[in-house]
Amino acid sequence: MPDITRRRAYTTAAAVAATASAAAPTAAPAATAAARHDHTAPDSFDEVYKGRRIQGGPASGGGHHHEHGGGYAVFVDGVQLHVMQNADGTWISVVSHYAPVATPRAAARAAVDELQGAPLLPFPTN
Amino acid sequence: MTVRKNQAALTADEKRRFVAAVLELKRNGRYDEFVRTHNEFIMSDTRTGRRGGPGHRLPLPFLPWHRRFLLDFEQALQSVDSSVALPYWDWSTDRTVRASLWAPDFLGGTGRSSDGRVMDGPFAASTGNWPVNVRVDGRTFLRRSLGTGVRELPTRAEVDSVLSMATYDMAPYNSASDGFRNHLEGWRGVNLHNRVHVWVGGQMATGVSPNDPVFWLHHAYNRQLWAEWQRRHPGAGYVPTGGTPDVVDLNDTMKPWNDVRPADLLTHTAHYTFDV
Ligand SMILES: [Cu+2]
Ligand SMILES: [Cu+2]
Repeated sequence: MPDITRRRAYTTAAAVAATASAAAPTAAPAATAAARHDHTAPDSFDEVYKGRRIQGGPASGGGHHHEHGGGYAVFVDGVQLHVMQNADGTWISVVSHYAPVATPRAAARAAVDELQGAPLLPFPTN
Repeated sequence: MTVRKNQAALTADEKRRFVAAVLELKRNGRYDEFVRTHNEFIMSDTRTGRRGGPGHRLPLPFLPWHRRFLLDFEQALQSVDSSVALPYWDWSTDRTVRASLWAPDFLGGTGRSSDGRVMDGPFAASTGNWPVNVRVDGRTFLRRSLGTGVRELPTRAEVDSVLSMATYDMAPYNSASDGFRNHLEGWRGVNLHNRVHVWVGGQMATGVSPNDPVFWLHHAYNRQLWAEWQRRHPGAGYVPTGGTPDVVDLNDTMKPWNDVRPADLLTHTAHYTFDV
């Protein structure tokens, strides 16, 4: 398939996803309910780690982003770090995608380690 | 017919042509489209099987999805130079930073300790030819830290232990699954694919991992392992085969293409062969 067709197919899919989540305020509460049902739903945190503020807690909902946050949001110096919870309860983030850790706080700390002082970019980046 | 070769067996001319084709895709903007596609899909991949709401995509089926993704990339390379095929990196054999893979005439070596910046080879930032545009943080240079995130690459014995698993995948078809797919992917057990991403470090450890050209050589080897698994277990096939909520079944179409199913990607010989 020519690249332009592939790109158009993808853009359409992304637009559909964005429209669907914008039109459906049930999306965030559904995710939150699922997280609450989960026995391993993690606590909120707020600390300074290696000179950077890391925060985490249940997502407030209404976010415009289209990735899967599992109802929990993490921030590094106020910029959202996109995290995902694996089926076994472990966590990964976009900057440490292939190395699961036990908690979202550990994912935030791993991100600070990996960033070496660099600013996180808001997602999507481009 | 395209022949995918072991990177260690490439001639100097084959290395030069592969590098030149990759750099041309970077220059004309097509390369970054691949990076963007990978990151968008990886970040929307719901590993828990929970639905975030309408519009969420199915979890990406690891092996067929990457198989098609690599085919697209290989075809893009061949639109630049029809003689180029994707090489593969057998990381269970070429397992040190001294492998010719990391030499300056091919991918360049590890990053310097201060900031992980790759300092040699055709993809070093200093060449001006490899800006990291699709990124998750402020750094625009290719980074690596070979062998620091995890010390050892998988061994051949570990590869064999995964190839011996007779079942392709198992419910719940996610990162908690038993079976070949999840052990190869690495969320469970000895950890093959994921560990290689961590061993390379830098962008390869992130959602924008195709920023490092070694991404393609790593996944080309995963593809070869899938073919080897199929030869060892001729009666076993892709599962699930139908009616599974929130999972890509054998005959479901995959995004972003929407015109291809795992069933269409089970054999590779229509497109390429391997040199072994
Ligand atoms: Cu991938
Ligand atoms: Cu990968």
